[in-house]
Amino acid sequence: MNNALVFSLAGVGLFIIGLHGLAVYSHLLRKVLALNIMGSGVFLVIAGLARRLPDAEPDAVPDALVITGIVVAVAATALALALMLKVRADAGIPELPERERE
Amino acid sequence: MKESVSKKSQGNPVLTGLRLIVLSGLTGCLVYAVMSLPPADRGLSQEVNAQLSSSGVENPVTAVLLNFRAYDTLLEISVLVIALIGVWSLGLMPRRRVGSPGLVLTNLVEILIPFLILFSGYLLWVGSHAPGGAFQAGVILAAAALLFTLSGLPMPAHLAGWPLRLALVIGLGVFISIGVVMMITGGALLEYPPEAAKALILVIEAASTVSIGLILVCVFCGGRPRGPGGAP
Repeated sequence: MNNALVFSLAGVGLFIIGLHGLAVYSHLLRKVLALNIMGSGVFLVIAGLARRLPDAEPDAVPDALVITGIVVAVAATALALALMLKVRADAGIPELPERERE
Repeated sequence: MKESVSKKSQGNPVLTGLRLIVLSGLTGCLVYAVMSLPPADRGLSQEVNAQLSSSGVENPVTAVLLNFRAYDTLLEISVLVIALIGVWSLGLMPRRRVGSPGLVLTNLVEILIPFLILFSGYLLWVGSHAPGGAFQAGVILAAAALLFTLSGLPMPAHLAGWPLRLALVIGLGVFISIGVVMMITGGALLEYPPEAAKALILVIEAASTVSIGLILVCVFCGGRPRGPGGAP
């Protein structure tokens, strides 16, 4: 089992943990954090797979993709948090309303 | 539906079981997908290294970011500007408590910020031949500005109008202008001539560094700035 595989499988684990958190918790801050954990998992998979041969130098294309992705994730998180504060200011609680039963 | 499961239905054993089954199945699929990739693959590193001499820079990551796949980076800076527009459209910046942060913090900020700006410039320059580049430099710049914001020192309010907005979009503006000029002079969008590539990449990176740093600070502050030009 080489390093690339360890990193990638750890990334898969992070993604699943984040997905679980996104589904289970209703507090919007927890959902934003869960999305960030999912994103970190994806980055770990991509960056881990960039170096699959231990003696070769890492592939620059996935590295560049991850650098781009991290900055976009930060900006998206900031937008999500600003929206969350707006929801809290309007609804009183930082949660989305429960769906009405028909 | 799984997405609507909330804290209240956590105790429901049927939903918990269903969630467990779906997540286990998805884990299995993803692990299989990762394991089924060829274990010994060089990816695109040979292609990148073969073209590195014509890219104008010696760091393969910078070559991919600003030359081979410059289109991605252009769109990424656009996404940053769009996120900032989204944050600003939601309202004004919350009022900060401006006051004396104390002797230690004031002195620390005065010592650290020049070094952070210097380090940001160093990272920008070193990105052409070693790990570094516009994003790293922009984040260091953002850290310097955040330290200043959090220390409670008054921000220069006269710069909050057009100067700030110009600095926020200068990265995107320079990037698009250079891309379009390359098209007019006979190349493809963002296809640099090899002899001018290094200078063009550095110009784009310098402008992007300023924009990325300021955009990150502005989205952190969570709203339009108050003051001239910032008033609704």
